[in-house]
Amino acid sequence: MREMICICCPMGCRMTVEKTADGYLVTGNTCPRGKAYAIDEMTAPKRMVTSSVPVDGGNFKMVSVKTAVSIPKELIFKALDSLKGVRMTAPVKEGDVVVKNTAGSGVDFIATRNVDKC
Amino acid sequence: MKRNLVIIGGGPAGLAAAIGAYDEGERDILILEREPNLGGILNQCIHNGFGLHTFKEELTGPEYASRFIREVKARNIEYKLNTTVIKLSGEKRVTAVNETDGLMNIDARAVILACGCRERPRGAINIAGCRSAGIFSAGTAQKLVNMEGYMPGKEVVILGSGDIGLIMARRMTSEGAVVKAVVELMPYSSGLNRNIVQCLNDFNIPLKFSHTVVDIKGNGRVKSVVIAPVDEKLNPIMDKAEEISCDCLLLSVGLLPENELAKQAGIALSPVTGGAEVDENMMTLSDGVFECGNVLHVHDLVDFVSEESAHAGKCAARYIAGKIESGSERIKIGTFGGVRYCVPEYVYRGKASEGIGLKMRVNNVYRKVRIKVVADGVEIAGKNKQIVTPGEMETLSLTAEQADKLKNASDVSVGLEVK
Ligand SMILES: Cc1cc2nc3c(=O)[nH]c(=O)nc-3n(C[C@H](O)[C@H](O)[C@H](O)COP(=O)(O)OP(=O)(O)OC[C@H]3O[C@@H](n4cnc5c(N)ncnc54)[C@H](O)[C@@H]3O)c2cc1C
Ligand code: SF4
Repeated sequence: MREMICICCPMGCRMTVEKTADGYLVTGNTCPRGKAYAIDEMTAPKRMVTSSVPVDGGNFKMVSVKTAVSIPKELIFKALDSLKGVRMTAPVKEGDVVVKNTAGSGVDFIATRNVDKC
Repeated sequence: MKRNLVIIGGGPAGLAAAIGAYDEGERDILILEREPNLGGILNQCIHNGFGLHTFKEELTGPEYASRFIREVKARNIEYKLNTTVIKLSGEKRVTAVNETDGLMNIDARAVILACGCRERPRGAINIAGCRSAGIFSAGTAQKLVNMEGYMPGKEVVILGSGDIGLIMARRMTSEGAVVKAVVELMPYSSGLNRNIVQCLNDFNIPLKFSHTVVDIKGNGRVKSVVIAPVDEKLNPIMDKAEEISCDCLLLSVGLLPENELAKQAGIALSPVTGGAEVDENMMTLSDGVFECGNVLHVHDLVDFVSEESAHAGKCAARYIAGKIESGSERIKIGTFGGVRYCVPEYVYRGKASEGIGLKMRVNNVYRKVRIKVVADGVEIAGKNKQIVTPGEMETLSLTAEQADKLKNASDVSVGLEVK
């Protein structure tokens, strides 16, 4: 049995996960996302990675980025490495791809804000 | 200049308040924001974790802000950037300055204060030691790293386990720094659980509860800090002190509502929240002046800021339209059993035509409790919780029927019953 805190939303439900013959028994979750998270944490933990990269010629000096969806936890640092040396040029639109297929995860880093040219 | 509604601050609180007022029928709205962009603190909160309750998806700070900015723009609500409000008078006269308009005096029929909060500075916590370079508040470090692309240090100790400190522990780690420890005076964290899991545990960063920084060493630049455990009275136990080498100390020791304007205007502040005392319409004890968001009380979740502020905007619009009677009799909502404060602090007597949302914080960690509202000795609403902690705001929504009981009792209070 493992105790864990659901991080899918700010509620932070406290859950316990027990391995059963045909899967996992999750208790303490308020919604189905909690159960899915608990099972993922046991089998294949994932994290969304956020950072920011420099942008030239815009109304912000940096553009914030995130992995479009969560990636395997063990790839966090490899993914961050893929951002090293990356520079964008304004304009940048929310959702623009910043790094394709980061760390071979099949997931792109995308911009999370608009940066206007100025 | 005369305006119906002036909103001070263009962060999530100001934006939601403007939308709330517009959607209630008010068209003459002006938002004043001192920064060059709308969005407030969310511009530097590039991590994910915003908006699940509102949008049912997990957004980063800038994405959450941009949804509200789009809504404000779609309604053609006027805003002025790079504009600082320097004074609010009791007569709802707002004095603001910017480069193009110079000094402006705006007479408003209603004012919403949505100025957010600021970080407690080092002076407010009293650490001995050198005034070396390399000491930053966590929020300043966040702005430097995320908005300026500048790293404040390579070996970091963080004092305080508030959310900003936790978020920065992960952020500094992901930019290649080594976070040697997060040091927390209390035996619990004031940050959200998910931040402890995702920002510290994921990276094996030690969190030292019941410890504090007792000395900072280094001439010119921080070279090390000395930390020590504390006893029950929070006094450091010096013979157990240890020295940790580092070139950077981040302080995450709490946030204080930014209420200089309210103070000037003579608005009554709560000694507990640091924000104004408000009624169920989010109106302060000064007629026609409303408050919402972090300036009212420090929120950990932006979703609650948006919800509270939309309500404040709606009520301000109603006030301008003459649909809120003010000046009638108020009752104060008392607290008991571990609840530190409840917002709103007051409700009006009279008939309740809609529900009331109560927000509160507790003073310690309690397990298996019932949060309840008691009117004249009888519970009128409540809910059971497995756990409540000082770091997480609790909410309780009263239906119109329950609100009616609240408004017509002679003694009301909200508190915890430990089971
Ligand atoms: C580091 C950090 C991490 C957070 N993480 C999360 C999270 O993961 N999830 C979550 O849901 N919430 C999170 N929050 C909380 C959330 O961001 C805040 O609760 C929310 O931003 C508060 O909104 P606000 O509008 O009240 O204040 P702010 O965002 O601070 O906006 C106030 C605005 O008012 C302006 N202003 C102030 N004074 C004046 C003046 N005199 N004249 C003109 N303008 C003025 C300021 O420039 C600012 O833009 C976090 C907060 C911080 C600080
Ligand atoms: S179980 Fe559901 S409600 Fe609870 S923290 Fe997870 S996502 Fe949020």
